Amino acid sequence: MIPEIGNLALVLCLILSMVQIVVPIAGAQTGNRAWMAMARPAARAQFALVVLAFACLVISMLGSDFSVKYVAETSSRLLPVQYKIAAVWGGHEGSILLWLLMLTFWMTAVSVFSRHLPEAMLARILGVMGFISFGFLLFILLTSNPFERLIPAALDGQDLNPLLQDPGMVAHPPMLYMGYVGFSVAFAFAIAALLGGDLDAAWARWSRPWTTVAWTFLTVGICLGSAWAYYTLGWGGWWFWDPVENASFMPWLMGTALMHSLAVTEKRGGFKVWTVLLAIFAFSLSLLGTFLVRSGVLTSVHAFASDPRRGVFILIFLVVVIGGSLGLFAWRAPKVGLGGRFGMVSRESMLLGNNVLFAAAAGSVLLGTLYPLFLDALGLGKISVGPPYFDTVFVPLMAPALFLMGVGPISRWKEASLPDLRIRLQWAAAISVVMAVVLTFIKGSFSFAVAFGLLLACWIVTSAAVNLWGRIRPVPGVSTSLFSRLGGQSRSYYGMLAAHLGVAVFVVGVTMVKGYEIEKDVQMDIGDTVAIGPYTFRFNGVSEGAGPNYQYQRGNVDVLRDGALVRNMGPEKRTYLVQRNPMTNAAIDSGFLRDLYVSLGEPVGPTSWTVRVYFKPFVDWIWFGCLMMAFGGVLAISDKRYRIEKRKARAAAAASAAMPAGVAGAGVAE
Amino acid sequence: MKPRSKRLAWIVAGVAGLALAVALVLNAFRSNLVFFFTPSQIASKEAPVGRAFRVGGMVVNGSLVRHGTDVSFVVTDTVKQVPVSYTGILPDLFKEGKGVVAEGHLDEQGHFHATQVLAKHDENYMPPEAAEALKKGGEANARIAKTLVMENGGKSQ
Repeated sequence: MIPEIGNLALVLCLILSMVQIVVPIAGAQTGNRAWMAMARPAARAQFALVVLAFACLVISMLGSDFSVKYVAETSSRLLPVQYKIAAVWGGHEGSILLWLLMLTFWMTAVSVFSRHLPEAMLARILGVMGFISFGFLLFILLTSNPFERLIPAALDGQDLNPLLQDPGMVAHPPMLYMGYVGFSVAFAFAIAALLGGDLDAAWARWSRPWTTVAWTFLTVGICLGSAWAYYTLGWGGWWFWDPVENASFMPWLMGTALMHSLAVTEKRGGFKVWTVLLAIFAFSLSLLGTFLVRSGVLTSVHAFASDPRRGVFILIFLVVVIGGSLGLFAWRAPKVGLGGRFGMVSRESMLLGNNVLFAAAAGSVLLGTLYPLFLDALGLGKISVGPPYFDTVFVPLMAPALFLMGVGPISRWKEASLPDLRIRLQWAAAISVVMAVVLTFIKGSFSFAVAFGLLLACWIVTSAAVNLWGRIRPVPGVSTSLFSRLGGQSRSYYGMLAAHLGVAVFVVGVTMVKGYEIEKDVQMDIGDTVAIGPYTFRFNGVSEGAGPNYQYQRGNVDVLRDGALVRNMGPEKRTYLVQRNPMTNAAIDSGFLRDLYVSLGEPVGPTSWTVRVYFKPFVDWIWFGCLMMAFGGVLAISDKRYRIEKRKARAAAAASAAMPAGVAGAGVAE
Repeated sequence: MKPRSKRLAWIVAGVAGLALAVALVLNAFRSNLVFFFTPSQIASKEAPVGRAFRVGGMVVNGSLVRHGTDVSFVVTDTVKQVPVSYTGILPDLFKEGKGVVAEGHLDEQGHFHATQVLAKHDENYMPPEAAEALKKGGEANARIAKTLVMENGGKSQ
């Protein structure tokens, strides 16, 4: 009964989404206010229906209703409750439903925080989002219905993939999808502006916080995914340039470019056309990512061809969305105009540099991800593009971007003077060089790669300090305290600083891990020791036991430093009862400056095992840096001007009770 | 310099930078492509010696030998076989009689030295490349079987 309710909710939602596409947009084109007003309730009703459908799936999952095919495929009786919840989005059908849930959530959020938007603009935005929602609903109902019944019902489910039975995996997909789908808002804003033909600074001002929120979620999502890979896959890597990872990284790169481009459009009215294009690309790459991960094309293009319904549907949807929006762009963009002029050395030109570099980075990831698929699909042979390609390409592309990160925020808009910049930044540059060289020598061996990485990180930090000092240094004749001057800076300014410093922290992490990590695969018998860096690992044998839905063999490893016990570690080898696949569960001792990482290989003798022992300096800085970037995003959206806007909007809403809504909306828009 | 020629210089520099970036990307791309060969292709000398590539197929039952972290095993596509050696810990999903993909290079003696062993897989325990190799091997076997039948048929007449 419950799955049928869920199914019905989705069907009703599909009908509603069609209404939401047609009526508000038609209303906006003809100026019919009653039609435009349909957008808000339709969006909210869609959200309610999808929440209902999602709740139905959660109930079926918690009740272990194995007459539902999806539940039988992704869950089992013994699965702990938190992983039953995670199983709701642990498979294809459920994760698409989660996608839809996020989309309708974003639609509702737009309908709530949009009092300051002109009615016609809002109608178009929700109409465009309604179209995306329509596409995904159709996809679910035609090809991936999570409520499909299994007759006869299974006695027990096939269990959730053991790799996904991890706390990080519970939170990773929702965060990632919030980010992915969040770019649909920026996309809808761009399309609505193209449809309406009014692409001004106000458009950028409205679109900007939404983009920042989406970017923040995506950053956290990718960070969780990377940490999950490190903790669960059992071999200590944190990024593999795997197509699944690239699928989430491409929208992030494009979204980063979009955020910076929006700043120029808002402040200076420049880059308009470019910003719209980036918004279209960011969302297109999100859709492409969904396609790559969800169509089965990555496992095998042939598997994809043998059950092509899903893949073909997403492919058609991709073509319609991307082709349609680019077509609209080509038709409308020439009317938009290019915006203000700027000098060759100015904040605009540096942000343009950032944009180009990030877009090029996204393009090179796209090439490395799609090219093997194309060759395979055309029957031209199987190839793979390894991590060395991405590493070689990324360093030269990102190094100038990191350099610009120091100069850009200090430069003036419109026209900056090179000599002035040189005077302001010469100390930052000198300190960075000295720090980089000294730090590398302290570590013992000099390596150019490490020195270069540290140089860039130091450069970001010191130039940020110069930037802040320039804003808060005492001005002769004005007596204010340092604290009040610090408090006088906007939160979005601090957000920018925090995000940029996060990049520096990230760079330090990556540089140190790449430069100084030690990995040893050894055979160990009881009492054997292995030395890594300043630590000695002693193997004390393996014991057996059972978890809720698995059996394990747990190693006992003592870590010693200068003869004293630092930590006892228990890496596990698990065998899950349903799927019978072995899984390695590494033991990790995290620290501020280093991680110690031990995982079990295979038994080679009666009491001896192969063991993996890693020493990972500064590895946690990688994720801490990402979280700092995300925190910067949070600071930026909590900025005063957005709160003021809300207050203004409330006043306007009160006024619009007396006045025709269109006039009031236009008034706030000025 | 006049503002106009200055601007021109900037644009030229920009285009040159972009061209450099594209050249860099494409060069890195070309030199890091990893091709895939089946054991049959290796047997017929199609695979390069010295350059890294991937080989895929099935691990022959009983071929796995361990000496501590040094392991060796034999990969087959049901037609030809390739001996593979590797130092390190094999992935959890590595099993005899199941699919495997190894990345590394071939020496003159036809021995494959793996730097990485992958057992990424779908539900059927089969990495896509390995499945491809076995499929091709299967087709070759079928062809051989057919010709044998034909020859026999010819003799009996």
